[in-house]
Amino acid sequence: MTTTAASEGALVSIPHLLARNVSAFGDKPAYREKEFGIWQSWTWAQAEAEIRSIALGLLELGVEKGDFIAIIGRNRPAMYWSMVAAQMCGAVPVPLYQDAVAEEMAYVLEHCGARFVIVGDQEQVDKVIEVQETVKGIDQIIYHDRRGMRKYDHTHMNALGDIQATGKAAHERFDKELDARWQSLGYDDTCVMLYTSGTTGRPKGVVLSNRNIIETSKNSAEFDNLLPGDEVLAYLPMAWVGDFIFSIGQAYWTGFCVNCPESAGTMMTDLREIGPSYYFAPPRIFETQLTNVMIRMEDAGALKQWLFKTFMAHAKKVGPKILDNQDVSAMDKLKYALGNLFVYGPLKNTLGLSKVRVGYTAGEAIGPELFDFYRSLGINLKQLYGQTEASVFITQQKDGEVRSDTVGTPTPGVELKIAENGEVFYRSPGVFVEYYKNADSTADTKDGEGWVATGDAGFIEPETGQLRIIDRAKDVGKMADGRLFAPKYVENKLKFFPNILEAVVFGADRAMCTAFINIDLTAVGNWAERNNIAYASYQELAGHPQVLETIQSHVEEVNESIAQDEMLSGCQIHRFLVLHKELDADDGEMTRTRKVRRRIVEEKFSDLINALYDGSDQVSTVTEVTYEDGRKGSIKATLELRDVKVVAEPQQMAAE
Amino acid sequence: MKDMADGYITEDGRKIGGVMMEMKNITLRFGGVVAIKDISFDIREGEIRAIIGPNGAGKSSMLNVISGFYHPQEGEVWFHGSKRPSMKPYQVAQQGIARTFQNIALFEGMTVLDNVMTGRLTHMKTNMLQQALWWGKAQAEETAQREKVEKIIDFLEIQHIRKTPVGRLPYGLKKRVELARALAAEPKLLLLDEPMAGMNVEEKEDMSRFILDVNDEFGTTIALIEHDMGVVMDLSDRVVVMDYGKKIGDGTPDEVRNNQDVIDAYLGVAHD
Repeated sequence: MTTTAASEGALVSIPHLLARNVSAFGDKPAYREKEFGIWQSWTWAQAEAEIRSIALGLLELGVEKGDFIAIIGRNRPAMYWSMVAAQMCGAVPVPLYQDAVAEEMAYVLEHCGARFVIVGDQEQVDKVIEVQETVKGIDQIIYHDRRGMRKYDHTHMNALGDIQATGKAAHERFDKELDARWQSLGYDDTCVMLYTSGTTGRPKGVVLSNRNIIETSKNSAEFDNLLPGDEVLAYLPMAWVGDFIFSIGQAYWTGFCVNCPESAGTMMTDLREIGPSYYFAPPRIFETQLTNVMIRMEDAGALKQWLFKTFMAHAKKVGPKILDNQDVSAMDKLKYALGNLFVYGPLKNTLGLSKVRVGYTAGEAIGPELFDFYRSLGINLKQLYGQTEASVFITQQKDGEVRSDTVGTPTPGVELKIAENGEVFYRSPGVFVEYYKNADSTADTKDGEGWVATGDAGFIEPETGQLRIIDRAKDVGKMADGRLFAPKYVENKLKFFPNILEAVVFGADRAMCTAFINIDLTAVGNWAERNNIAYASYQELAGHPQVLETIQSHVEEVNESIAQDEMLSGCQIHRFLVLHKELDADDGEMTRTRKVRRRIVEEKFSDLINALYDGSDQVSTVTEVTYEDGRKGSIKATLELRDVKVVAEPQQMAAE
Repeated sequence: MKDMADGYITEDGRKIGGVMMEMKNITLRFGGVVAIKDISFDIREGEIRAIIGPNGAGKSSMLNVISGFYHPQEGEVWFHGSKRPSMKPYQVAQQGIARTFQNIALFEGMTVLDNVMTGRLTHMKTNMLQQALWWGKAQAEETAQREKVEKIIDFLEIQHIRKTPVGRLPYGLKKRVELARALAAEPKLLLLDEPMAGMNVEEKEDMSRFILDVNDEFGTTIALIEHDMGVVMDLSDRVVVMDYGKKIGDGTPDEVRNNQDVIDAYLGVAHD
């Protein structure tokens, strides 16, 4: 691997890549951001000048080699520049989730001992000031957006713009020092530290070296043939490893352009205006987009509805085959081309996905219908499997070998093995260095030979070599009678229904499985509107008898499908309830990446679980909720518990 | 009241300047009804000045006198040190006074962007014909004005509804758009007629923050009418209290809060 680096002209760090990009395509766009209604852009040369001035300013403030610099804010070029500027100074950037409450930030800031915090705006400044009451190591706060900041005590606070100005003014003094620092960066120096949200316990700081990031970016970019002309929309949290790889790793390796939306609310409009050629989204986003399309189609005229239905049916039949270059009759091809003209083309344009050449979804299993919908339109949507500890990529799907139920073959450079208990292990150049200040966890996760436990149970399909993930290894358990219990498998099946946003299935060491369900307010709310069902709140809608009826029919459908699988037929759901509140990261019930924290949910709603198993029809409960500003309140509710039809076991079916 | 000959320093450390507008012995009648009776007060550079009072106290009439829509029968309005003659509303606008309305007065069929653009009208130099042809100067001017408008859209965080027709917006956002339009005129004095009326707590908090930010960022002097006492007391530097067309109190929120006449007017007083 070291030889690879040498042959690439010693591209051993992100600042090295930046220097290469400036000389290779200095006048090509590197960043765009929509501000004041216009896409502002920066070429690689301009971006380098901005980054350099931040880095000089940081030196002037006294940033030392090896310092940790926390970065908190939404995706904006200045935030990305700050990360690279930190690296130029020999410091380590630590991006944090911007929607985390002060309490969560306090832990991370304390743990890494950040001396500098660079934030997006006043909201983040307020949180950091709150954190400073308990965490004493923070020397300086640097903020980007000046708005509302005038009255703050600035003795240990600076605007990013001012830092850049002082940096530029002081360049004579610090130029040499800065160049010496970034040029001395090595392949095994730390590139970035990312805190994993962690479904259990405290977040862990994953240390990723330049080697991890650059090797992985190179391998994955070559796998998909990413080019300098590609466009990507940066809208996923900066603290998430995926964003770091896409918007920094791969972007700097290939030299493509990173586009930042104007605000969270304008994401969809901005997506459409940019038309990215390389696109990543978790299943949730694709689902929201599809739901919106369906809702709007229902409002369309009869002719349009007919066109949509006819051509979508055709696309479902032949679309994926055409995308995979399989044989399709000339008539079908003609009809598909016609559909492309009238339906698929305009629809892709509305979705902002017209130009997508490589699209990925990951993070969670995606519903087959949802997946096929996008692929049938001709969008090259694929799946990948990865985690922070691997610098994202473990497996990904090759063009033409795409399926909804697998996650692809190993990314170049990655080795896979399946342990006896079914847990997936991998080894790759992207494997993390360590968990910061946590040798025990590091040893638990990574063995001496560099094999890392994913914590997921799965198997490799012998005929295709593709990896299939069943569930989290620690969640896969046994039921009271010894049958296999895989909650995620069932939950995913439930979540494929647009009406169901989230589901939590229980059943480990018990005689039967039960479930909590969260309805999707957009989908169910729209249905309620159509059917003249009035509701005042989420809670009221969630408890409506007709809603429960619909959810029950979904659960029964899932039971039928689970019964087909011999191994997992015991996981059919016997009883369920619809929760009176949405599971929320602010209440600790989910991670910031919206994965359910099973243990916490179990503890918090233990009264509801008991009710599911003691056979009662109703249960009253009080739940504490945390508002966005950290205040607490409580919700009272009486929930209805429902019994569900269960399909007979397959053994008996075979006997019939 | 503290000595304020050349301005004063507020509790949160802002520097308030000299007198910007002075109302001297204003009396306004509608036929036999006396809406405002011999009221005098001043508004200073950079301050947030509230006018409060129970229903029918004459607050809106007072705001209409300031905005030049009503012409008082008696008394004088002094603006920037000179007596203001009787003027048409557009002339008042040219002097740098903008306002929002109690009942939202936006163009419902136009987009947010277009609505806010109308606020730039007093700053446009090209004539209607040039704008209709949209050629040369007019085009360049629109671009320049658009830039100013976009800054305000960004400031009030309404980017996501930029291209949405106003008629489709919820009430709280409409109020914000109206504020945007008033701000687009780059006023020196901004008049807000019940900016929080009909809002829920969260919307009120947002609006309060925007009002403070406007004052802070642009240094705009703000005169506002409001029912919600809590909001007024938090927001304003000085408060005028009216009741039945008369001024019954004037001072800082604390002074007004402890004024017996004000307490009587709000809580009622026993007639014995």
